[in-house]
Amino acid sequence: MPAKAKSQIDEEVQPHEALALYRLMVTIRRFEEAAQELYRTGSLPGFIHLYIGEEAVAAGVCSNLRQEDYVVSTHRGHGHAIAKGLPPREVMAELWGKATGSAGGRGGSMHIFDPRHGFLGTTGLVGGGIPIGVGAGFRAKLKRRNQVSVVFFGDGAMNHSAFHEAANLAAVWELPVVFVCEDNQYATETPVRVATKNPDFASRGAIYRMEAFTVDGNDALAVYGLAKKVIANLREGNGPVFMHCKTYRTVGHHEGDPGTDYRTKEEVAEWKKRCPIKQLEAKILSRSWSSKNELKLIHEEAEAIVAEAVQFARSSPFPDPSGVGQHLFKDNVEAARETI
Amino acid sequence: MKQSSPQGLTDEARELTFLEGGIEALAEEMRRNETIFVVGEGIGKRGGSLGQTKGLYQEFGPERVRDTPLSELGFTGLGVGAAMAGAHPVVDLMFVDFITDAMTQVVNQAAKICYISNGRISVPLLIRVAMGVIRSAGAHHSQCFYPWFMHAPGLKVVAASNPYDLKGLLKTALRDPNPVISFEHKGLSRSRCPVPRDEYTIPFGKAVIRREGDDVTMVGVANMALLAEKAAETVSGEGISVEVIDPRTLVPLDKATVLTSVAKTGRLIIVEEAHRTCGAGAEIAALVAEEGFDCLDSPVLRVAGAQLPHPFSPPLEKACIPSLDDVVRAIKHVMNR
Repeated sequence: MPAKAKSQIDEEVQPHEALALYRLMVTIRRFEEAAQELYRTGSLPGFIHLYIGEEAVAAGVCSNLRQEDYVVSTHRGHGHAIAKGLPPREVMAELWGKATGSAGGRGGSMHIFDPRHGFLGTTGLVGGGIPIGVGAGFRAKLKRRNQVSVVFFGDGAMNHSAFHEAANLAAVWELPVVFVCEDNQYATETPVRVATKNPDFASRGAIYRMEAFTVDGNDALAVYGLAKKVIANLREGNGPVFMHCKTYRTVGHHEGDPGTDYRTKEEVAEWKKRCPIKQLEAKILSRSWSSKNELKLIHEEAEAIVAEAVQFARSSPFPDPSGVGQHLFKDNVEAARETI
Repeated sequence: MKQSSPQGLTDEARELTFLEGGIEALAEEMRRNETIFVVGEGIGKRGGSLGQTKGLYQEFGPERVRDTPLSELGFTGLGVGAAMAGAHPVVDLMFVDFITDAMTQVVNQAAKICYISNGRISVPLLIRVAMGVIRSAGAHHSQCFYPWFMHAPGLKVVAASNPYDLKGLLKTALRDPNPVISFEHKGLSRSRCPVPRDEYTIPFGKAVIRREGDDVTMVGVANMALLAEKAAETVSGEGISVEVIDPRTLVPLDKATVLTSVAKTGRLIIVEEAHRTCGAGAEIAALVAEEGFDCLDSPVLRVAGAQLPHPFSPPLEKACIPSLDDVVRAIKHVMNR
């Protein structure tokens, strides 16, 4: 399926929606920058994989979701988590390994869970979440409450068997699943052109007989408008659908990776110019949907939220080691879940 | 092969085969809990390649009993996701040998999610697999693998030896909010025993003493519990009294029953069909060495599957799994006879 013309999609987005997107993206950006700083100063244990530069995808897709819709994420999932409504303070505390984190410090960055928001996890294994997201879509279909399941994954996962099995399964069973490929063009250090002869990932979704779209992943309004359409379609009982979002992370694969051993500084600089937040800001101002002062206020509010999250995480306790053996198994069905 | 159920039930209970016991468990639980569904290859109208789901499609329909494409990784992960979203899936992987294609979803996802989510999300998932040697099925259709799943934290492991136990254990599995794998030996499919019509479940972590004895404790895993009983019967003629324990579940393992028995007999043999190295026997032997050392009068022996791939030709295949002779010899060895 060809990508829709950009202008067509833009016109369908309302000013208040654009501002909400902007706020969300700025919050994600500030969160990631704060996490980056904390990591560099030695506060955060473990690896973090930052979402800087890709904010439009999480914001554009998840802004169309309800609290009870399911999202399965990747190792680069802070943006998805915040966009899905997880409180930033709980995510930050989780990154810090504190008892007040989304997973009580058990999971860290790559294993964030929040059943209240249908967030079925970031995951440390590429492709690990894709069949899980399809399973949530299976359950959603049986529940008949018009829920959808969104599965995020990257260009690397496009060559993983899990994607292919899960996509085929979702298509043959007509499940309400959105497959969102966040193609930032590098699987760690391996560029797409080295990994496959077919970088047209939408065609790889379409091959399983699902609707497939390609979209500029740095154009928040385009992502949002497309996601709005496909998700509405899914809620009517159609499905699944594939969105190939072309984007770029302007940071390394993980904190500690400069990201320029396998990419040129020029390429990174070029993509920084295409920053999704800057792009949306330019659109908002050029259409007089807001003022520079109002946008500045949004930045300050986002900064305050993130600062509170950091403070909350910093002052929270670590989990008590005497409890390390808890929760391997659930004791009984009644205590089992807070899932929607 | 007819055998009496461990509970020595009367004729008022009708007899079911091992396969029928499994089907009845699923059917009863599916009537009780509408979130239970079954996925697997050929488990729909066909009733499963091994007959293990016969009749379920006819009663519960295509939405709840679904044939999958050949995508073990995909549909096992689907089971994990559906479980996380509130269903209780049954993932039927047919031959346990195929579970290797789905390992990451079992061991890295299903097993870990409850723990690493700090108990916020559980994975109530039942995986059923057919294991073991049968009629030259060959290297890719004869394995057991249950030791791997004892090793991975977060999974419960069921290994029934008879229809009564299988039914009760599967019913418990379908009321357990945790991932459970049921290893069902192919050679037991047509074995029969009395199974009550009335509602019953069997708790995990409770072994059964299939035969009482004073001289040797023998733990028999799954089908090998029956071979252990045969061996016990054989040596009883020579005045050796063997106590046969059927653990029924390997995780959780009823350690207490084994230790109490070894305290009485002083001798322990573990009989299983899985490969010898790092089998259930290795774990049980280590446990008893740690916690029952003072009770032991002889080394702990393991009679297990050969540490070899399963060859095809019948005499070769036979040489790779425990025989009655192997078990009798082990008993006599620990008795210094």
